[in-house]
Amino acid sequence: MNQKESELVQIAGICKDFSTVRVLHNVSFAVRSGEILGIIGENGAGKSTLMKILSGIYQPTSGEIFLEGRKVDIRNPLDAKKLGISIIPQEFNLVNDLTVYDNVFLGSELRTKRGFLDKKTMKKRTAELLEELGVSISPEERIENLSAAEKQMVEICKALAFKCRILIMDEPTSVLTLHEIAILFRLMRRLRAEGMTIIYISHKLKEIKEICHRVLVLRDGYFVLDKPVSEVSPEEMAQSMVGRELSQIFPKKGSPEGVPLLEVRHLSVPGVLKDVSFTLKKGEILGFGGLVGAGRTEVAETLIGLRSFSEGEILLKGRPLEIRTPRDAVQAGISYLSEDRQGSGILTSFSVVHNTTLTSLPRYSSSRVQWIDKKEELAAAQRYRELFNLKTPSLATPLEFLSGGNQQKVSLSKSIDTEPVVLIADEPTRGVDIAAKQEVYSFIGQIVERGISCILISSEMEELIGMCHRVVVMQDGRITGILEGEQICEEEIMFCATGIREGA
Amino acid sequence: MKSFVELLRKLPLRKHASLIALIFLIVLSSFLSPYFLKPRNLINIMRQVSYTGIISLGMTFVIISAGIDLSVGSVVAFTGAVVIIAMNSLLTVLPSELMVLLAGILTGIVVGGCAGAFNGLMITRGKIAPFIVTLGSMAIFRSLTLYIGNAGEIQSKNALYGKFGMESLFGVPVPVFVLLGLALALHLVLNNTRYGRYLCAVGSNQKVALFSAINVDRVKFYAYTLTGMLVGVSAVLLGSRFNAVSTSNMGLAFELDAIAAVIIGGTAMAGGRGTIWGTVWGALILGIINNMMNMVGVSPYLQGTVKGLVIIIAVYVQKQKQ
Repeated sequence: MNQKESELVQIAGICKDFSTVRVLHNVSFAVRSGEILGIIGENGAGKSTLMKILSGIYQPTSGEIFLEGRKVDIRNPLDAKKLGISIIPQEFNLVNDLTVYDNVFLGSELRTKRGFLDKKTMKKRTAELLEELGVSISPEERIENLSAAEKQMVEICKALAFKCRILIMDEPTSVLTLHEIAILFRLMRRLRAEGMTIIYISHKLKEIKEICHRVLVLRDGYFVLDKPVSEVSPEEMAQSMVGRELSQIFPKKGSPEGVPLLEVRHLSVPGVLKDVSFTLKKGEILGFGGLVGAGRTEVAETLIGLRSFSEGEILLKGRPLEIRTPRDAVQAGISYLSEDRQGSGILTSFSVVHNTTLTSLPRYSSSRVQWIDKKEELAAAQRYRELFNLKTPSLATPLEFLSGGNQQKVSLSKSIDTEPVVLIADEPTRGVDIAAKQEVYSFIGQIVERGISCILISSEMEELIGMCHRVVVMQDGRITGILEGEQICEEEIMFCATGIREGA
Repeated sequence: MKSFVELLRKLPLRKHASLIALIFLIVLSSFLSPYFLKPRNLINIMRQVSYTGIISLGMTFVIISAGIDLSVGSVVAFTGAVVIIAMNSLLTVLPSELMVLLAGILTGIVVGGCAGAFNGLMITRGKIAPFIVTLGSMAIFRSLTLYIGNAGEIQSKNALYGKFGMESLFGVPVPVFVLLGLALALHLVLNNTRYGRYLCAVGSNQKVALFSAINVDRVKFYAYTLTGMLVGVSAVLLGSRFNAVSTSNMGLAFELDAIAAVIIGGTAMAGGRGTIWGTVWGALILGIINNMMNMVGVSPYLQGTVKGLVIIIAVYVQKQKQ
């Protein structure tokens, strides 16, 4: 068989624009029949967008897709299903109120001859699939009672319940423990042996090395590398992903002063946090690592007064803090950069100026009638525009017209315009391109040099390793390790986050 | 012709859609009826829209906060009734009719404000949807009004009260002055003060507002209380028009007109943005439509149909723009 014949899917010159921002630039590649193809790239490189095009969720702005040499039009997810393309999305697509088997067959329910739902067969089929996956979930369990990993398994069931030739997995391991990852890989190998083609998206190079035959690299929407995995080292993959030497991305680590600035003692929030204690030194970047749902964001929310704690105390400069509302936190000098940019960070309908000063508005409206000094406001936004190299048509432009990276810069401006002493940055580089990422890093480096302390919550190992002086690792709402110096490495962080040592 | 189309395209149509619609309507009406542009008729229209217009200013704030207030019509009646009863009993206590009138105005603002505050408290502290709370208070205040007045009319014994609302300054009726003065003040509040900015933030995305250290509950509470106070002002003016209130008819369907004016004025029903002047233009558009229908002899029973259609079209146009 020559190479042309074995090409199952051919992607030709795909471009995709979101409003004015082009996120995919003329991407072309082929997927060969029966291979596990790895697609890697930084957050915002366009991996997920590409897969959403393949599975009919998005339409390409231009370009064509061929399946077995025939041009196909994938207008919606149903089309994709008919063509045998299934996707396990990055974000769960499950209905929380329904049971496992309801979700597995959602939209393609089996029916009896009389037209009623064939619950018996659906339950049986779901049970079989779950058993194949080696997980012990009841088909009749409601989704809301499942853990993140179990939900992931249900998503996989959903994809496998129907005959499919191409299975797309979009960062399936980000919420899985090492044990679960091993099960997943075993399953992938078996599916491949049965003739399935798998597209595996990840930014974890080790996994790519382990499971994939071929790797494609996307960077900022461009297609930059296509090689058999055996011919490429993790270092080379990382470099082509980032486009430069990795070490250049992060600013040089400064040396924090020894004085503790923020002390958190035995903090407990019922059902969420248990006995959380740590200190943050002046000028320090303290990382928070752990799996999704480990309680890191909850620590931040407690510190800024969005959750009330049952036990423990928070001290700033040695004095106990009384924080009941976000306003108290801002006044005490604690500022929070939200992980959910559009959900709780910025207002997309507000202009750059109005977003920048939203939290710090009392400073711009100090008169009795709280009249806003619009000149002052504009001047402040202008300063941040220059500082961050913000790309926007004007400062009056609503944020919905800005790219993710630029939105994040505005969000960061907003968080530091309150002139905090402690900045809590929650996933500050999620969904931004690599250039903006580096700007965010260098900015955090700068403010820390000026004596502001930073809590950096991140799910990206490189970020924690490259930026932080110390790393707090959490699991299930409690701290399982505080790493320093040489201890800050991927293995240690994963060990503390999952309780399982690799290779053990 | 082509350059004219270009010119039209460049105009900030979107921003001033309601003003353009108003001007178009005025031109159209002046052709339809020779009486339309007579100063007397224009002043009449202005007076007629001012009562619901004042209420719709508050409604603009409530809708920007992503809420709704259905109770305004009932609260107008309730406040109007309480004001007249209070003034009638104060006549024997206070030395002059003027003082009684001032006390009456104050009573109106306070009673209306309290009704609004009740709505605000239920919505913020009680965490009940604005639609439900104000639907409930709509029923409550109408029923209380009917009870107080035995479903009949309550007459004022203060002759000055009946004159005051019909007075004019430089040919412009008092209610119109009040409407324009309040509109100017609230326009400034919305665009130039911290509260106005917070109001838009809360309506745009409540969670972002909360994370931005904004006291979301307080912002909403103020919006409903303000609306209540404006309803009180409107009730005082409306009561003085007849020097009496009819407990079953006063303020009937005012919520419809007030909400319609806000929507026609371009304020987003989903909240987050809106303008005070747009609402004023919206109120005038409704007033002129009513006036024209009367002049060309459309059955009064059909006027609701036209009004309803205008609201639906306004929202449809809003959706298309997004």
